[in-house]
Amino acid sequence: MNRYPVWKYIIICLALMTGLVYTTPNFFGEAPAVQVSSAKATIKIDETVRARVEAVLKGAAIETTGLFFDANSIKARFRDTDTQLKARDILDNALNPDKKKPNPEDRDEPFTVALNLLSNSPKWLTSLHALPMYLGLDLRGGVHFLYQVDMKAALSKRLDALTGDLRTLLRDKNIRHAGIERQANSITVRFRDEATRAAARGVIGDSVADLALADGNDGSDLKITATIKPEAERRVQENALKQNITTFNNRINALGVAEPIIQQQGSDRIVVQLPGVQDPAQVKSILGRTASLELRMVCESPEESAAFASGQVPFGCEKYSERGGQPILVRKQVQLTGDRLTDAQPGFDGQTQEPAVHLSLDSQGGRIFKELTRENVGKRMAILLMEKGKGEVVTAPVIRTEIAGGRVQISGKMTTQEANDVALLLRSGALAAPMEIVEERTIGPSLGADNIAKGFKSTLYGFAAIAVFMIAYYMLFGLISVIALASNLLFLIALLSLLQATLTLPGIAAIALTLGMAIDANVLINERIREELRGGASAQAAIAAGYERAFGTILDSNVTTLIAGLALLIFGSGAVRGFAVVHCLGILTSIFSSVVVSRGIVNLIYGSRKRLLHISIGEVWRPEATPSKAPAKS
Amino acid sequence: MEFFRIKRDIPFMKHALVFNVISLTTFVLAVVFLVLRGLNFSIEFTGGVVIEARYEQAANLEGLRGALERAGLHEPQVQNFGTSRDVMIRLAAKDAANPAISRTDEQTKKATFDQTRFAEQVIAQGGPGGKITRVEFVGPQVGKELAADGALALLVVCAGIMAYLAMRFEWKFSLAAIIANMHDVVIILGFFAFFQWEFSLSVLAAVLAVLGYSVNESVVVFDRVRETFRKRRGLSVPEVINHAITSTISRTIITHGSTQLMVTSMLIFGGPTLHYFALALTIGILFGIYSSVLVASPIVMWLGVSREDLVKPVRDKTANDGAVV
Repeated sequence: MNRYPVWKYIIICLALMTGLVYTTPNFFGEAPAVQVSSAKATIKIDETVRARVEAVLKGAAIETTGLFFDANSIKARFRDTDTQLKARDILDNALNPDKKKPNPEDRDEPFTVALNLLSNSPKWLTSLHALPMYLGLDLRGGVHFLYQVDMKAALSKRLDALTGDLRTLLRDKNIRHAGIERQANSITVRFRDEATRAAARGVIGDSVADLALADGNDGSDLKITATIKPEAERRVQENALKQNITTFNNRINALGVAEPIIQQQGSDRIVVQLPGVQDPAQVKSILGRTASLELRMVCESPEESAAFASGQVPFGCEKYSERGGQPILVRKQVQLTGDRLTDAQPGFDGQTQEPAVHLSLDSQGGRIFKELTRENVGKRMAILLMEKGKGEVVTAPVIRTEIAGGRVQISGKMTTQEANDVALLLRSGALAAPMEIVEERTIGPSLGADNIAKGFKSTLYGFAAIAVFMIAYYMLFGLISVIALASNLLFLIALLSLLQATLTLPGIAAIALTLGMAIDANVLINERIREELRGGASAQAAIAAGYERAFGTILDSNVTTLIAGLALLIFGSGAVRGFAVVHCLGILTSIFSSVVVSRGIVNLIYGSRKRLLHISIGEVWRPEATPSKAPAKS
Repeated sequence: MEFFRIKRDIPFMKHALVFNVISLTTFVLAVVFLVLRGLNFSIEFTGGVVIEARYEQAANLEGLRGALERAGLHEPQVQNFGTSRDVMIRLAAKDAANPAISRTDEQTKKATFDQTRFAEQVIAQGGPGGKITRVEFVGPQVGKELAADGALALLVVCAGIMAYLAMRFEWKFSLAAIIANMHDVVIILGFFAFFQWEFSLSVLAAVLAVLGYSVNESVVVFDRVRETFRKRRGLSVPEVINHAITSTISRTIITHGSTQLMVTSMLIFGGPTLHYFALALTIGILFGIYSSVLVASPIVMWLGVSREDLVKPVRDKTANDGAVV
């Protein structure tokens, strides 16, 4: 009755082996590494970059213990921090040759070279996706920001743009209105007669899909009140959030932080976590930058060109470089800034089918642009992306005709990929909506290490105390319970490593607490077996009945605990979620380990003995009086 | 070893009234403290700034307070944290924009807390070698949301557990279990209100974990009640409950003892961050034993549970495989 079929043992062994494999990376620790990633959206990390990194390291006679290559970065692992620092400097100088230029504005740095830590575990483990647990900021140190995106501002910007659209639209269609007014949350268009209003309603409804229109009367005036449709509002907000995240990604890449986390949280928040960064002020100033796009005219008068050819920069002009690297002279006067740009999308030219980038400007931007293009037909304008105070000309197209309506198309000499990149650069250059920091945390690296030590110690000594008690009280069955508990810890850590769930200090507390709670199942079983023995059952029957009867109770109690855990997971945030993830996983693993694993061991030890008279479960005390009162067993 | 040499069922239910009066008194006291003193919410809920710093020698708290007052901050709290070299400073949310310790963004014109300035202006006044080890800033609106989410989580846990118990046992049991557990939760909160311990997010996690854990106890006892109803006919309801509690008391105490061993270890070795978390668990575990045995069971009895509620003819499989006395 107490025997497991072979397949059950195989399952237990497989589970333990898998647990062991995925737990081991945590013991290898981490080695210093250097990470090379692209600093610009236009530069991709590929095989040639990898070869270059390898060649540079070989040329400098620096030995790596491993070179890893993935879609976004190349990581080189080193024996010690000295080599790591040396390698970082050498790679940085080799990959970014402009580093040596004295003037920071002349530097063009296509790559980011950052210090990082890499798991020391052997390659075969890494190829099995066996990685160490992912430590949260409170354990490794770093900064955490929670940004709130000002959606009202994003909507207001959109409403501005739509007001301009309406104005041009009605003018183009020759519909005479009595005034367009931008209100707080709506646009009001006034008309003198009903026929014009009907015509306007038709035209607006046809071409501006984002607006919901309502008729109204204001004294003698007829009017249409236009509001942004809820679905368009949602789209505006989603786009604003997405664009801000893209911008953050670009800016943080430029910072050279290894493994940054930039994620959406809720409908209007962005979480930024930068492990290892200790200076939040620098990060804040870089992330918070706005309006970094500029539109200027190119200096191309004959005198200016001549001066430039002789190596001089004429008065009123500045030298910048184009994306290809060629120098270009641009006027100092800024005509338009990125504030006026509402969108940039890659696409195709309607006539020539050439790849193109479509820009949308808001109403004021549209007006400025119209004037600018009217006065400068045949000349070149330049769109500059200003980053960290230095600019780069993204594109410098020739103005062919006057462009009205705020819709601009840049085309010519572009591949589809380039059009995509330019659109991305233009979009990500600026923040779509202003943001505010609503939560900020900085954790020093020593505090992180301290937290790990404290969490580890608590778990270790707590586990030891439980083990001592269980073995003293339940003898062999206690030892089996402790082994089951240890296997629970193994499964839990393996699962956390496998899922790469973020481990925080509350998460370590949850590991400890889950272990303290998981022993409950074994106590239930052991007490039940003792009780059966007390009631006069044979040893084998007592074991079988103990496990069977206790199982219902174990299940019930774990389900109720799991309900609490899941609620924490769903509604919790921050510290609570870190706790809940581990807690829920721990409950699941504990059912398996305390019931199946411990039963497996018991069966292995006692199951094959035919005449089993005594089992080592500590003292089974029988009350002298009224032994017959206990329920009889079949 | 056997700690529990119990010869016959302990007549817990005879004293049910006494226990209920004790429970009610503690409960009412806890509520009174909660209302009168309120919880000392951490900045996670209220918004504000917490700065922790470590010094080479014992920190000069007076110097720090003076520096904060000179900067014109409202009610800053300065205290030692763990050792005399570690200091924790708490500021209200509105003080984060105080010009002495903040920095104004050129473009947005908004002032945000600046760690470097704070280190120069304030931390340097507390003695040599002061270094900021942790900074936490939470805006007020985030705090409000966290509090709302916490309350929601509490409600969902209660509803979920009640639904499960009602399905698994019967509504009387689920009601009794929830009352017993709310009693635990309110008492933990009462302790936090009385001593004005800091109520943080991790304490909330502990409270909710206790809620799930403490229901275990009630479940174990209720399981036994059902089993005893099935196996032993002719016993009165209080006798059945007494038997169920007596036969599970050893397990209840050993389990809670083991969990408490772990929690005590956290209390000793976990450092200040885990201190209140472990404290909440300790109170929860102690009152969990008491409430599941001596609060939930009497309530089930008062609610008038009967054999028929639990032993349904269709589900009564065990009646066939065991002879009954």
